[in-house]
Amino acid sequence: MTARRAAQKRPSPGMLFFLATAFFTLILWLVRPGAVRRAVPFFLTILGEIWPVLVFMFVLMFVLNLFISPQAVKRWLGQASRQRGWFIAVIGGIVSSGPIYLWYPLLAELRKQGMRTALAAAFLYNRAVKPALLPLLIYYFGLGLTIILTVYTAIFSIVQGLIVERLIEGHAGE
Amino acid sequence: MPRTIHIALKKTGKALIQALPILAGVLTLVSLAVANIPKTWYARLFTNTPLDPVIGAAAGSVAAGNPLTSYIIGGELLRRGVSLLAVIAFLMAWVTVGFVQLPAEAMFLGRRFAVTRNVTAFVLAIVVAMLSVLTMRLVGITPRITP
Repeated sequence: MTARRAAQKRPSPGMLFFLATAFFTLILWLVRPGAVRRAVPFFLTILGEIWPVLVFMFVLMFVLNLFISPQAVKRWLGQASRQRGWFIAVIGGIVSSGPIYLWYPLLAELRKQGMRTALAAAFLYNRAVKPALLPLLIYYFGLGLTIILTVYTAIFSIVQGLIVERLIEGHAGE
Repeated sequence: MPRTIHIALKKTGKALIQALPILAGVLTLVSLAVANIPKTWYARLFTNTPLDPVIGAAAGSVAAGNPLTSYIIGGELLRRGVSLLAVIAFLMAWVTVGFVQLPAEAMFLGRRFAVTRNVTAFVLAIVVAMLSVLTMRLVGITPRITP
């Protein structure tokens, strides 16, 4: 009981990470205050841009916890999901918006409920394709390269998913 | 309140409490990186040698921020004579490899997953760049260089 209480009082790894980041920023501010001052407007701008995605993501997590059973997650995104699972991961990665790190909590929750490791990796790889930014990619590099990159990204997301899954689960099974 | 809603709220609330400090930490690191790595810094890294695709992927891996920024830098690198192979590796690594976000990814999805995913994404950034350049040559497409 005492050990359990002590474990509860101990800060979580996430909190330790935040404290380490805050400490690093404080030291940087003491050594090079300009570097921290320059970062403040960026911090506020990014925060202003991501909060709607953050809220959306937690609403999605609530809906997932409320309506979708682990059995359904396994059926749609588990080992038996086959092409359907790949399709959801590839399209989901392409249409999801906001920075990549906002999607980690949702993916962690889905993996806990039975999502394939390969599909989580494929989802993250497909975040390289952003439909809203395609016109700009075409502007900077031309239509040909944009099409080639988009197609290769979708194909290699599956390749990467399979490699990551083989490396992680192959290793775990040893 | 029905029990199922209460349970779902509790689970989501717990996930939120666990996620917020990590996301705040990543946001701080990303802001520091974006604000303090000047766009012109990347051009200095390239050497016009066969190592450039690896340098491109490495530079893209440590960079953080909106992909749009990578397009602007990539366009600038092409104008300065950096090879298309290196620029594509840079663009791919920018969006698929996250050195700054690695601690957060490891905390949420596991250290082994995060490291394996980022290492393979780094290698694949170079592979995709090579295949893209090869395909462009085969199809006869020349890259557009913005004025």
